[in-house]
Amino acid sequence: MHYVIIGAGPAAVAAAEKLRVLDEDGQITMIGSQAQQPYSRMAIPYYLTGKVEESGTYLRRSSDHFESHRIELVHGEATAVDAAGHKVILGDGSAMAYDKLLIATGAEPIIPPVAGMDDPRVQQCWHLEDAERIIELAKPGARAVQVGAGFIGCIILESWVLREVDLTVVEMGPRMVPRMLGEKAGNLLKTWCESKGVTVHTGTTVETIESTQNELNVVLNNGEAYPADVVIVSTGVKPNVGFLQDLDIKIDQGIEVDEFMQTSISDVYAAGDCAQGLDFSTGETAVHAVQPTATEHGRVAATNMATNNSFSYKGSLNMNILDTLGLVTSSFGAWEGVDGSDSAEIYNPDNYQYINLQFKDDVLVGANTVGYHAHLGVLRGLIESRVPLGVWKERLKKNPVGLMEAYIGVTQEVAGSA
Amino acid sequence: MLKALRMDSDTCTGCHQCEMMCSYGKVGAFNPAKSVMDVSLYNGGAVNIPSTCTQCEEAWCMVVCPVEAITINPTTGAKEISAEVCVGCKVCSIACPYGAINYDADSGVVTKCDLCGGEPMCVEACPTPALAFVDKDSTGYDRIWNHVTADLVDCDSTVRH
Repeated sequence: MHYVIIGAGPAAVAAAEKLRVLDEDGQITMIGSQAQQPYSRMAIPYYLTGKVEESGTYLRRSSDHFESHRIELVHGEATAVDAAGHKVILGDGSAMAYDKLLIATGAEPIIPPVAGMDDPRVQQCWHLEDAERIIELAKPGARAVQVGAGFIGCIILESWVLREVDLTVVEMGPRMVPRMLGEKAGNLLKTWCESKGVTVHTGTTVETIESTQNELNVVLNNGEAYPADVVIVSTGVKPNVGFLQDLDIKIDQGIEVDEFMQTSISDVYAAGDCAQGLDFSTGETAVHAVQPTATEHGRVAATNMATNNSFSYKGSLNMNILDTLGLVTSSFGAWEGVDGSDSAEIYNPDNYQYINLQFKDDVLVGANTVGYHAHLGVLRGLIESRVPLGVWKERLKKNPVGLMEAYIGVTQEVAGSA
Repeated sequence: MLKALRMDSDTCTGCHQCEMMCSYGKVGAFNPAKSVMDVSLYNGGAVNIPSTCTQCEEAWCMVVCPVEAITINPTTGAKEISAEVCVGCKVCSIACPYGAINYDADSGVVTKCDLCGGEPMCVEACPTPALAFVDKDSTGYDRIWNHVTADLVDCDSTVRH
């Protein structure tokens, strides 16, 4: 059995390792387009600040990890899939035959349609090479404009501040991280960033980026303009599926997969940021593009590739955690609430603290937090186990911070009061 | 034989000695806020429940880590964090459905129970049988695990060997 995986990110690596566990004798090939060892984009912000070397971003530490697991790493770019012939076509024109194929090509940055984006001082922050280029441009004292304050933007934002650049952030949405944080949480984060010396514009777009030899000039739709030495574009990502344009495969936001992570083509699976899989919270499908979903997708897809679809996946819980200049924010599941849900909330803007819990009947379905980082995982445990909270719901409504007590109370069936 | 922490609420008096010793072992100070063993009090202290990482087979934290900072100690079976490798991204702290791995802002990395390399200081500190280091199969963890894993991904146990 030849398993071929297109991609070498977290979903691909999780899948390859899982395949090796389940199929001792199978041939496993991972096709990666990046020059480096498989690395983690999540570690790039820490590479930018100098916390880790390039090797500190690698998904696996040992240099012979893949070799010792008999996972063959092929450097190349997949340009097409011939499903009828069970072949992947590579950039050099060669073809690689597969029995089972996993597409784990991840995502690529969205470049907004703004004039001036092609200047070399306008940088994405996605590949390791981008990070290296930014390290050159973002010297202490440099003026930087970051376009986009979404999930990735708010993680890398800290890197600029630690590099002592003079930073302005421009976000199109009505608040920071609008797809992960509600109004109060997103605005708390904005106030926090401003208190740390970052200029933040929300509800604002970039009209154009003017280039001169010495500097850039970033013109906003509110009439303001910021001269800049470097512009970092972080306006979201989209599934990297362009190479499948000639293939008859169902693609919506991402590659559509069923509960086995199989695409609309048999023997072809998809996982991670490029896949539109079951969403635990909604029962619909969605692209989550977060690390926990990527690794789960990889393991579930591999299990089904090796066992003829024996494992039905209940879907991924969308969740995120950010640390922006020391303020930790998180989101879980249906943080915006669902039809008929009620909520518990603590809002303490002076201390940058906020918790919002969303309940459907007596089950927790979603949460947003700001300024807390203790025992956050129990939010996942409570949501994803769908455990009835019983008396603990009212206690959580009175004291949303008592999550750990509630969790232990529920799972160990303590009837008393906290 | 792999050993694990047995945590018994019936004999826990809520004295918090375990938290004190745990923090001493971890950071060299008696500071329960730095302890990875937690005792929750109920009914005004009539019921006390110690809890920490159960070194679960699924190892959600280890599987999700983007830089392989969490590995299994082959001697103790504990999932251990390398403070040198951890970048502080915190994704493990939301992936662990038991809330047993936490970010420590002072050190910039996450912390969890590592069984103190096979000689847990919390057990040494505990004046009652509430904490004991026993055969992994006699800990009664099943009850905790079943609650959570019933509806989560359970397509495997450990991915890496």
